Formats: sequence, C-alpha cells, structure tokens
Amino acid sequence: MVVYGVALLSFCMLVGVFVGDLLGQMIGVEANVGGVGVAMLLLILLSNLHDHGLKISAPTESGINFWNAMYIPIVVAMAAKQNVLAALSSGGLAIAAGTTAVVASFLLVPAMARLGRARDR
Amino acid sequence: MIADTLAEVLARNALITAFLFIGVLVWVSYFLSARLTSGRVHGSAIAIALGLVLAYIGGSYTGGSRGIADLSLFAGVAVMGGAMFRDFAIIATAFGAHLDELKRAGLVGGISVVLGVVLSFSVGAGMAVAFGYTDAVSISTIGAGAATYIVGPVTGTALGADSDVIALSVAAGLTKSILVMIGTPLVAARIGLTDAYSAMVYGGLMGTTSGVAAGLAATDPKLVPYGAMTATFYTGVGCLLAPSVLFLTVRTLT
Repeated sequence: MVVYGVALLSFCMLVGVFVGDLLGQMIGVEANVGGVGVAMLLLILLSNLHDHGLKISAPTESGINFWNAMYIPIVVAMAAKQNVLAALSSGGLAIAAGTTAVVASFLLVPAMARLGRARDR
Repeated sequence: MIADTLAEVLARNALITAFLFIGVLVWVSYFLSARLTSGRVHGSAIAIALGLVLAYIGGSYTGGSRGIADLSLFAGVAVMGGAMFRDFAIIATAFGAHLDELKRAGLVGGISVVLGVVLSFSVGAGMAVAFGYTDAVSISTIGAGAATYIVGPVTGTALGADSDVIALSVAAGLTKSILVMIGTPLVAARIGLTDAYSAMVYGGLMGTTSGVAAGLAATDPKLVPYGAMTATFYTGVGCLLAPSVLFLTVRTLT
C-alpha cells in the first residue's frame, strides 16, 4: 500500500526531529541538531532490512519515491518564498558578510575533499 | 463576478493552487532550459532562479517577508515550500542513498561541519570589523549570521545584541543561502562537486539547509541526500559554538 511508504517516511521524520530536539536540549542550544540527518539514516537503515524480514513492496516504495520526486518542486516553492527583498536591501555589510562566507566555503570544498581522500588511502 | 469567484477558489485551496503554480513554473523552466540553453543550464536551476525573482517581486509588492507567498493568491507556496515539506522531501531522497558512501565520508563530513561554522563565522566577523563594528557582541552576532540565518539570531539573542544587529545577521544568512542556491550549479565542476564524497564535504562547509537543498537540486539531484545529511548538523553546531567558544575568542581579540 502506498500509504505504508508515506507512513514510514513520516515515522522516520518524526523520530529524527524528536531526537534532534532532544540533542539540542542536551547540549543546551535552541536548535534542532541533525534531526533530518537522523531521519535520513533511519530511513536508509529500515530500507536495508530486507534480509531481516522487513520487505518494502513496490507500492510502498512508490509512496516514498513520490516525495523524493516532489523534492525539486518543493525546493522551487521554497525559493519563491525566500525574503530576497530583505537580503538585497539590507545594505553592504550583510551582503559582504554573506558573500565572502560563501566564496570562502566554496574554495575550501576541493581542499577538504582532497585531504579526506588522502587520509582514506 | 467570474474573476472574483476564481480568485476566491484559488485562495481557498491555497496548497492546491501552489501545486499548479509551481508545476507551471517548473514546466516553463524546463522549456527555457531546452530551447534557450539546449539543456546546458539545468531546468531546475532556472526554476529556482525564477522562484527567487518571483520572491523579490512579491516582497517588493507587498513589503512582506515571505516572498511571493505574501500575495494571497500564492499563500500556498509558503506551505509547500515551508520547512515541514522541505524536510519531508529531503528525507525521502535518502531512500536509495548508499550507506557505504555515508560511512566513507562520515568523518571528513563531520570535520567539514565544524570547520565550515568556524570559517563562515570568522569571515563574517571580519567583515563586521571592516565595516566599523568594535564590540564583541555585535561582531559575533554578524559572524554567526554568516553561518546561517538561524545561528545569527540565536547567538544575538543569547548575547543580548541590538535588534538591528540581529536583523543584519539574518540578512547576512539570507544572502548566503540565496547565493549558495544560485552559485552551486555555476561552480560545481570547478570545485569538484561531482560525487557523494565531495557532496558531504560541501554540505558540511556550506551548512545552509535551504541553500544546499536548492544548490544540489540544480546541480545533480543524486547528490542531495549526501549534502543534506551533513548540512542538517550545521545549524546545531553553529548555535553551540557561536555564542560560546567563538564569542569568547572574539572577546579576547577585541
């Protein structure tokens, strides 16, 4: 049943967000720490349990894949509701701080990836 | 009468209207991608850019903070593009991700998160100093904003920063997130963002979940789960480090 897939996805998200909130409270920050990441790990683990009796049937799978396919449209909607006006009209400092942070982070990507791979070898 | 009734129907079924609206927007974008750029610029990159343009127009027209969604006809866009559906769809992308890849880049991904927070904070704080701020609280709040637009206000509130400085930190985070959305597909090849491993490093260094989500969607949707996985830890780590260790460092230096 398609709804099993949607329910499984919902279960993973709620558990993940719950764990993320608890983690945030434990280390004393007002934020969810990695809730979505935990949910993703849980989904990956549960979907790899087919050797242990948890078989995900094709209709169930399509309940998850539908939301997977809705990812890009949802991201487009997210872009269309951003406060672009505030970002652009906030003056030089905000734009300079945001821009340099992005450029610096972009530059570090290849270096970090190379370092990591070198260590793995 | 017909126009009023139509407007009323569209507003009353806001989320459904948003599905139709975004569907048409995506269709137009893929059409433009194929016809004008022969597929060189990804359809989803165009769709995200158009979305941002519409957000700007919506914001200018209404003066609100939710882009196009502040027009009552498009209010459903805020639901469809809100954090709940965004996270739900991000999690769904993990279905089919490879656990081995995640394990392989787990450590370097984790280091990237911490490094990313420290780097963005330092750069943002440096800019605050360059623009004439001298007190540790304001400098730290703006630096935290350069991490993400959530870390900024959380840090500012914890440290008791002025509300205009907090607003500035949110704007810095917004600028970052929008720039990551647009910039990622443009620089992806040059920074070697081509596989799961580099996507995890990238997600950790960038950190802005919306920026990473949209940036990878416009680059290669297969990389989304890997980048999103590390990015989702960034705001938490930022909220942990910025008002504590990083603020104390700034205070020592000023």
